[in-house]
Amino acid sequence: MLKAHQLSFQFSPGVPLLQAASLTLSAGQWVGISGDSGAGKSTLGKLLAGYLAPQAGSVTLDGAALPKSGVQPVQWLPQSPELAVNPRWRVAKILREAWTPSNAQCQAFGLQEKWLSRLPQSLSGGELQRVCVLRALAPEVRFLVADEISTMLDPITQVELWQALKQEAAQRQLGVLVISHDSALLERLCPQRFHLSGGQLTPW
Amino acid sequence: MLTIDHLTLQLPYYAHGHASWWKRRWATCLDDLTLQISAGEVHAVVGASGAGKSLLAYAIMGLLPPAARLSGQLNYQEKPLDAVRQRQLRGRELALIPQSLSALDPLVRTHRQVTWAAQRAGQPSTGARHAAQRALDHYQLDTQAQQAYAHELSGGMARRVLTAMAHVSQAQLVIADEPTVGLDPHQRQRVLDALRGLADQGKTVILITHDLRHALPVADRVTIMRDGKQVETALACAFQDDGTSLNHGYSQALWLALPDNAFTTATISKDKQGVSVA
Repeated sequence: MLKAHQLSFQFSPGVPLLQAASLTLSAGQWVGISGDSGAGKSTLGKLLAGYLAPQAGSVTLDGAALPKSGVQPVQWLPQSPELAVNPRWRVAKILREAWTPSNAQCQAFGLQEKWLSRLPQSLSGGELQRVCVLRALAPEVRFLVADEISTMLDPITQVELWQALKQEAAQRQLGVLVISHDSALLERLCPQRFHLSGGQLTPW
Repeated sequence: MLTIDHLTLQLPYYAHGHASWWKRRWATCLDDLTLQISAGEVHAVVGASGAGKSLLAYAIMGLLPPAARLSGQLNYQEKPLDAVRQRQLRGRELALIPQSLSALDPLVRTHRQVTWAAQRAGQPSTGARHAAQRALDHYQLDTQAQQAYAHELSGGMARRVLTAMAHVSQAQLVIADEPTVGLDPHQRQRVLDALRGLADQGKTVILITHDLRHALPVADRVTIMRDGKQVETALACAFQDDGTSLNHGYSQALWLALPDNAFTTATISKDKQGVSVA
């Protein structure tokens, strides 16, 4: 169980972004976070994944702090995959950075053999996003923070991506935190949803 | 206003030939596109990434790479739109809101950049400064953002700066290439309303987007593109219920894949079988 307890965070003094926000994500659970831009959605995601350290409060995984080394059990999926990959690495190397997915998993996410020898710049955003999602699904991973991963995709690709992720998450009991502007999408995906404003989470 | 007649665009790429030697081949990126866009219309061009939406914008603006092979006919206000005319009209009559945020000059502060756009459109310097100010205020960019460099802006702010630049140029034809990516719902609505407002003033707007749902309320007609081909051009009101008034299976599938509809990947044929996610 991934638990954020009374998280507070501010980038500049006097402008609190998160004020004692608490959130619990258990295995196999899908939770949605919506909010205006600048409300701190991505910051919350980064805190949960250990990219940032909270200034007050704590993030715990099964009662213990997040591990400091190795493959992180909480993975953060950023909005733009172009910035999340090394532009000089070929897709095969990017994909196998942490683990080697099986052929069946590659197929489930719609990856094609011919992409593997390419550089990320020659893949479209949707194709690269699928590579990035699969890359983050190493066996050690138990929670995902999907930060607007489908905003730049057309509706059909969007459905394909979520379908594949949904299937994988159900199989492995992954807990997924979906961050999105799109309330219709959140209603579809997440039984439990929160709106982030003024540093507080309110359920809707 | 703008007519596109059998437009075909080919771009070169290099691949191994028979004798394992790099050989130039041609990829057809736009295939026989025919469109008529009239003044006062918001025409949405929707499709997956790689469908050739942005290339269509570049073809109209004359911003294609020199090696591109273009055939077909472009007419703007009843006269052929050739390379010379494109260069004359670009930034004056034709404005592009580019997709890439790197279109902003990294060494110039926001306010001056928008002023430049107004000057390019032929406004005197004082008038241009005031016009820039008004446009920036309209898109809710505060003083801090106006004095910022491009790298200091958030993605949504940079996108609004680009929209403001097209706004001050007084262009008759505005091509907006994915203007709403990374904006929150209020700002997205503001940008889309602004584009609708331009069309209501008698200008022409081509709205290139993958976001079918938010394009529909402001668009008059929608062209669906797939792999460089024009799948269908339909009235925006045809996208309703289960999409049976659409002629093509792909447009239907796109419509049904929206989260407010079925959220399924319907097979690309007439039958609406699909696997639901929820």
